[in-house]
Order: sequence, then C-alpha cells, then structure tokens
Amino acid sequence: MSITPADIAQVASLARLKIPEDALQDVTDRFGRILELVDELQQVDTTGVDPMSNPHDMQQRLRADEITETNARERLQSVAPAVDQGYFLVPRVID
Amino acid sequence: MTHTDLCYASATTLSGMLDNRDLSAVELTEHCLARIKRFDSQLNSVITLTEEQALVAAQAADQRRAVGEATPLTGIPLLHKDIFCTAGVKTTCASRMLQEFKPPYDATVVAKLSAAGAVTLGKTNMDEFAMGASNETSFFGAVANPWDTTRVPGGSSGGSAAAVAAGFAPLSTGTDTGGSIRQPAALCGITGLKPTYGRISRLGIIAFASSLDQAGPMARSAEDAAMMLNAMCGVDSGDSTSADVSVPDFTASLNRPIAGLRIGLPREYFGGDLDPDLAAHIHKALSELEAEGAQLVDIDLPHTRQAIATYYVIAPAEASANLSRYDGVRFGHRCDNPVDLMDLYERSRSEGFGAEVQRRILVGTYALSAGFYDAYFKKAQQVRRVISDDFQRAFSQVDVIAGPTAPSIAFHHGEKAADPIAMYMEDVYTLSVNLAGLPGMSVPAGLINGMPIGLQLIGRAFDEQTLLRAGHFFQQRTDWHTQRPTLAGTSS
Repeated sequence: MSITPADIAQVASLARLKIPEDALQDVTDRFGRILELVDELQQVDTTGVDPMSNPHDMQQRLRADEITETNARERLQSVAPAVDQGYFLVPRVID
Repeated sequence: MTHTDLCYASATTLSGMLDNRDLSAVELTEHCLARIKRFDSQLNSVITLTEEQALVAAQAADQRRAVGEATPLTGIPLLHKDIFCTAGVKTTCASRMLQEFKPPYDATVVAKLSAAGAVTLGKTNMDEFAMGASNETSFFGAVANPWDTTRVPGGSSGGSAAAVAAGFAPLSTGTDTGGSIRQPAALCGITGLKPTYGRISRLGIIAFASSLDQAGPMARSAEDAAMMLNAMCGVDSGDSTSADVSVPDFTASLNRPIAGLRIGLPREYFGGDLDPDLAAHIHKALSELEAEGAQLVDIDLPHTRQAIATYYVIAPAEASANLSRYDGVRFGHRCDNPVDLMDLYERSRSEGFGAEVQRRILVGTYALSAGFYDAYFKKAQQVRRVISDDFQRAFSQVDVIAGPTAPSIAFHHGEKAADPIAMYMEDVYTLSVNLAGLPGMSVPAGLINGMPIGLQLIGRAFDEQTLLRAGHFFQQRTDWHTQRPTLAGTSS
C-alpha cells in the first residue's frame, strides 16, 4: 500500500503541522520508507495475543480522594506566551 | 592529584576525598566548571551552564560535610540531560519549541539528586525531544564525540555521554526510550544504565514515549553508576507508573561473586550482520566474565528484527500524543501574528519542531488514525507482548543476556542523517529492552580504530543489581573504562 502526498497532507492536518508544498514529496518518500519498515509487523502471528500497553502489565494505582494540589495558576501561567487576568490568550474564535 | 587525575577521578574516589577533607566541593566544582568552559567549544555538549547555582550548591555541600550530614553524593558535580525539568533554569529538550522554557518545578530525579547533595553544573545537549541516535537533531547544534570530533557521540543522551567521557563531570543523567543512554555510552566509552521501566519516577522528564521512557545514570564505572542509582530510585506519587517495589543498596551487592551466573548470548545478536571486529571484542569481553565463573549459554530472541518495526510504531504513536501539548497556547514557542486558532497551532508547531520530530509525529498520528489503528498500533502492541514473552522464556534459562550495545563504532557527522532507516538501525540491539521494560547496561569493552565499543548486559525486571555486579567484575579485570580521549589543547 503506497502513500501519496495527499495522504501526508491529511495526516499533517490531523497533527496540526503544516508541510510546505515543496517539501511534501520528500516527506512522503521518507514516510513511505518508514511504512515499509513497520510493515514487517505483519510477519508475526498475533492470533489471540493481548496488546501490551505497559511492560509490567501494571494497573493504575488508586489513591485516597484527597486534595493534594494547591492553586499554582500564576506560577504555571508565568511560562505561557500570552495571558491576561488568569486566562490564556488565543486569536478570536467567535466573531 | 594532577588536574587530569581530578577530572577523571571516579565519583567514589572523589566522595572519599571530600569525606577526608582532601578536597572541598567548591574546589571540585570550580575545577569542573573551568574544564567545561575551556574545552566544550570542541564538543558542544552543554546547552546551559549554571555556574552560580553550582557554587552555591557546592558551598552548601561543604557545610553538610562539615556537620556530618553528607551522603556519598554530597558535593559530587553532575550534569543533567536537558530533558529533566529544573525549576527556574532553562529546560529546552534541545528544541526551538522550548528554547526559552523555564519549568516551574524540578523533575523528581533532579530533586532527589539535589537532596542527596549532588552539585548540578548545567544541562546537556541531546537529540531534539530525545528523538535520534546521533545528537545531530539538536536545535543547538550537533555534539562531537570527544574521541574524534568528526564523529557523533550517539544519542539521544549524546551531550551527557560526551561530557562524562571528556572529564567535565564524573556523572550525568540520561534518559533511554530505545537506547538513548546505552548507545551513546557505548560510542563515548562510558558506563550507562537504563533501569527497569518504573524503577525511577518520570515526573518532570519531558515525555517522549511514556510506556518506554526511563531515566538512568551515566558514569565512568559500574561502581559510580550504582552510587548514583541509589539516589535516583523509588516510587513517586507524581508518577502512577513508578513501581512500588523495594529499592536495594546497589553499592552493597557489587562485590558478590558472579561465579555460576548464566549469561545468554542471543543467536540473533551474533548472526551474519555483526561486524567481525566487533564480534571478536564482544567474545573477548565475555571470556573475561567466563573467567570469573560465569557460564555462557546460546539462546534465541526470535523477534529481534521485528522489534524495530514494533518500536517505530509505538514510540511515534505515544510521541504524537505527548507532543500534542505543544500548541503555542500554554507554554513553548508561539508563532508571530496568528490569523486564527488553526494558524496558531500549525505555525507554532511547524516552526517549533525540527524535521525528525515532525516525521515521528506524522508516523504516530498515522498509526493511531481511524482505519489504521488495528493494523499498526494494536498490532504493534501485540507484537510487543510476543517480544516480551521471548525475553521471559530466555530468562528461564539464563540470568543475564549479553551482546553488543550498538552495531558499529561512532559514525561520522552527516553519514546517516539523510536516511531515517539507517539511523533507526543504530538501536537494533537496545530497543527491544525498552519494549520489554527490562534493565540494560552498556560497559566499555574495547577500542576499534581508536573508538570505543560497548558490551550490553540485559537483566530481569528490577534486577539492576546483577548487571551492576557483572559490570563491576568486568571492570576489575579490564581497563577499557579507564581509557581516555585526548581533547585538543591538553595532554589528556
């Protein structure tokens, strides 16, 4: 299954990345080579094998439902590109 | 002790000297800072030097020693990979995205090492967001290998490896998602340990692939790595995947004999593709362990080849999710004059991330997207279990698995940059260890054309002790770990 520049543009849009027109073919070619590599997965018979998401099959630990976080808004917003009165600023989304 | 002796003294030796007041932490810190300032222009291994804070920490360490409240690490200088959050100190992940980022808190690893009294000298260069095996993807420029500055130091913890090899500090931190501690350790001739997944808290380590990432010590000997590891481990309420298991004293068990230890040699690691020179050095190294009474046993890890495909689905998939947080809104790079919200997201991310990071985000997004999830991500997670089962089976026959750390000596800058697949093959022997969540260590095992090579030792989950012991015995019998590169402008 080969991948086209249009497919890559669509994936880039999902990933909120913008690939310049003149780089699209090169990105597509490299992407295609990576897909060829990862297609080796299909050589392995995985019938009845459970997917592994944690190498120790660990379950999430539960903790007591107590407040442990304090309000750190100012400290956390100190690294934001644009804030005003405790809000993150973004371009206007509603006209 | 001469200048050079001090630069290359082990952390264990330095700790003893500090204890006996043969040396103060301030003197040692000044010494390391001076060496970095004099020689790092050749290597580019440090992104941020925290000179003032280091001297304050060194003074505090001397006071602690004076009142008898020291730990072995009190006053020992170290460098942190620039992926560990350091409160108020730039933490860039070697990316334009985080070029100016000053985290509001310390990573747990940083806090623990500081609490033990270690003196942070600064932050080391790395591949951008830890994605690479050559340290060439850094926004702050490539790092040079101190053994030959025309060659790469490996990656992604290349700055940490180069700095320790160059005598800038006896210890550094690294992180390893598919080989990023072990491969640069091998290529720079130092000792690097990736502990078991969950052994060390990931809180405050900028996330790459959360089910694979693990921090670990980089040092010039197994003994020093053990001392550092002692201060890094433990369950953390801030990381729900940190393991609630007891933490042994890794130093105490170093001298327990390794007679009877069964060492497995995977046929897949020693097959036709392996460079004959490298194979000869690894076999020679293994014969040293045999001489200590270890038994060598041939084993199989049949899905070694497919581990590469598995890794290059799972790691990018997790990365694409983790890196979605860089949106130009809350922290990190923001483009100028966005016309609307989508433009803000797309331009901030496309300007902030380098080519390899964008490539992995694309692969990961694709593998997780509707219609491809089962064929790629779920399939990769299934093969991950098959690979983990291979290791389980092997560990029913042996106690440790051994082989080369990397397929070759350090390559030249630019040699593999054009082909992502060639770069990915650098981690063929290391990345299956992350998929299975096991501990792995690289120790220097020889020189080929004057460049270091590494012997990799892989252990059972939470059995770092056996790796460190085997590494320590190997280093009692050999002197590969005491070999030093020659920097321009110095006699050593």
